[in-house]
Amino acid sequence: MGKKVLESVIRLENLSKIYSMGENRVVALNEISLSIDKGEFVAIMGPSGSGKSTLMNIIGCLDVATKGKYYLDGRDITSYNQNQLAEVRNKKFGFVFQGFNLLPRLTAVENVELPLVYAGVGAKKRREEAIRALEMMGLGKRIYHKPSELSGGQQQRVAIARALVTHPSVILADEPTGNLDSKSGMEIMEIFRDLHSQGNTIILITHDINVAMYAKRMITIRDGQIVSDEEVERG
Amino acid sequence: MKFTQAIKMAISSILSNKMRSFLTMLGVIIDVTAVITLIALGQGSIQRVSSQIESLGTNLIVINITGGRNRSITREDLERIKEISDVSEIAPVLSGGVTVKAGNMNANTSLEATTPGYQQVRNTYVQLGRFLLQNDLDMRFRVAVVGVDVADELFGRRDVIGEEISINGVEFTIIGILEEKGSSVAGSDDNRVIIPLTTGQRLLRNMEVRTFYVSTQSPDAVNRVVGEIERFLTRKFNDENSFRVFNQTQLLSTINEATATLTMMLSGIAGISLLVGGIGIMNIMLVSVTERTREIGIRKAIGAKKRDILVQFLIESAVISGLGGVLGIIVGFMGANFLSSILNIPVAISADVVLLATGFSVGVGIIFGLYPASKAASLNPIDALRYE
Repeated sequence: MGKKVLESVIRLENLSKIYSMGENRVVALNEISLSIDKGEFVAIMGPSGSGKSTLMNIIGCLDVATKGKYYLDGRDITSYNQNQLAEVRNKKFGFVFQGFNLLPRLTAVENVELPLVYAGVGAKKRREEAIRALEMMGLGKRIYHKPSELSGGQQQRVAIARALVTHPSVILADEPTGNLDSKSGMEIMEIFRDLHSQGNTIILITHDINVAMYAKRMITIRDGQIVSDEEVERG
Repeated sequence: MKFTQAIKMAISSILSNKMRSFLTMLGVIIDVTAVITLIALGQGSIQRVSSQIESLGTNLIVINITGGRNRSITREDLERIKEISDVSEIAPVLSGGVTVKAGNMNANTSLEATTPGYQQVRNTYVQLGRFLLQNDLDMRFRVAVVGVDVADELFGRRDVIGEEISINGVEFTIIGILEEKGSSVAGSDDNRVIIPLTTGQRLLRNMEVRTFYVSTQSPDAVNRVVGEIERFLTRKFNDENSFRVFNQTQLLSTINEATATLTMMLSGIAGISLLVGGIGIMNIMLVSVTERTREIGIRKAIGAKKRDILVQFLIESAVISGLGGVLGIIVGFMGANFLSSILNIPVAISADVVLLATGFSVGVGIIFGLYPASKAASLNPIDALRYE
């Protein structure tokens, strides 16, 4: 048991999330147990309202569970306070959102630097790391552009660079292709595939089966419960 | 997160919305400008008044005999007072309003009948001719020393030594012209005539001298000398209410009290208007927090702690109000100099007023930024991310 704890990046034990709205109790997640190992590329699928966003928020430490245990890199973080969770988000996770979520006033490189700012990294090192991450995303020539001067695909690549710049344990992508045309969407998914082949752990939330097919493992959620958890077969 | 980074972030955010930042600052700018201008002019006028009083001599003591008809001070008493240590000079003065005439010109002026010691005690010297001498008193000569206003009014010129004037119908010869002193709180010092005490007693038909000016060797000795004079006079009259002894130091302290009151009133007004400016800042910061909910969500998602967001918004409001304060000081400084040149009032801007104004405006920014900043810091990252 102890050995397994060390191997898994993320392990959830009987995790539940219950929202109380006055008299009503809405069970968003119902006793979910799940383990994701280092280097895995997992897609979490499910229709809207299935609880996949809640699951992603709890995994990403943006939200806390009502019941159950959450182990991250073998450490029980269930009872962490807001500040500790902020630090976990900063050090362990890289987020890629559907709507890119870049700060419009900042240039590409400043956006990528931002997680390092909160990590307390010095200005010179920060700039170097951010430029390296942007070059990896093929944006070496656009580092001083504002998000509004970039295409959707480019903006998402800036967001991926921002997610990578802290060398996180897990990259969490929430519908990363949702706001993109199919061609840029495919390019982004190719990037995720490359990142996975370089050994990154990636968790992808999507409702699109074509996107999910890029992953190696597919977990399907319905009504707050895992209904299937299987290897993705390549055609 | 490092502090310098937080300041950079705050400044770039302020610059990203220049017009709004400026309008927010305007309240603080106007407030600090008004306070700096008023205090500069107020302190300038008070400094001028104090320096006028000081020019009369801070080592001056005035004794007034107030009691009944037959209380008067004799020549022997004066000798006794003059023997008190540190007393350098004493001058009895008999004064009254008189009409002076020369040819067909006449003027109303104040007459002071006194002794040669007056010169030193009142710090009043002649610019032309000579002052009274003991001989003038002994012989009851009808000679007069006149102020420049009297000379101007009666003769239209100032080299009037040897001219004849009549005071209340008695002929006098001008022997000296006083130095020009300018006008003070108590009216013009240049509009007066000084004659020998003995001559004056006869002219005014009044033998009882009730006012004495005493000067001490140094301003430090004033309080001790006042004490001794009071003791001496109490023993003589057996009544401590029959005379009043006061000095320039008291007058100065009265003026300083007035200054303190003025400063306090100005501070009160400044406080109220800074409060209004602060509420303006709070208002805008609240709008800004709402507008930037999504930004706050993003920052929190990628690892900003509560404290980081709090500090970011606090610095923003402190920089806005602090910058407003600095601009206010600059504009206030210019305003004070402008007003002083057209109103002919001197200005005095002290460093502590400037420091206080800056400190206060930064403080207002922090205090009124606290609520919006803590509101921003306590936003839930998920809700903030979802905010459109």
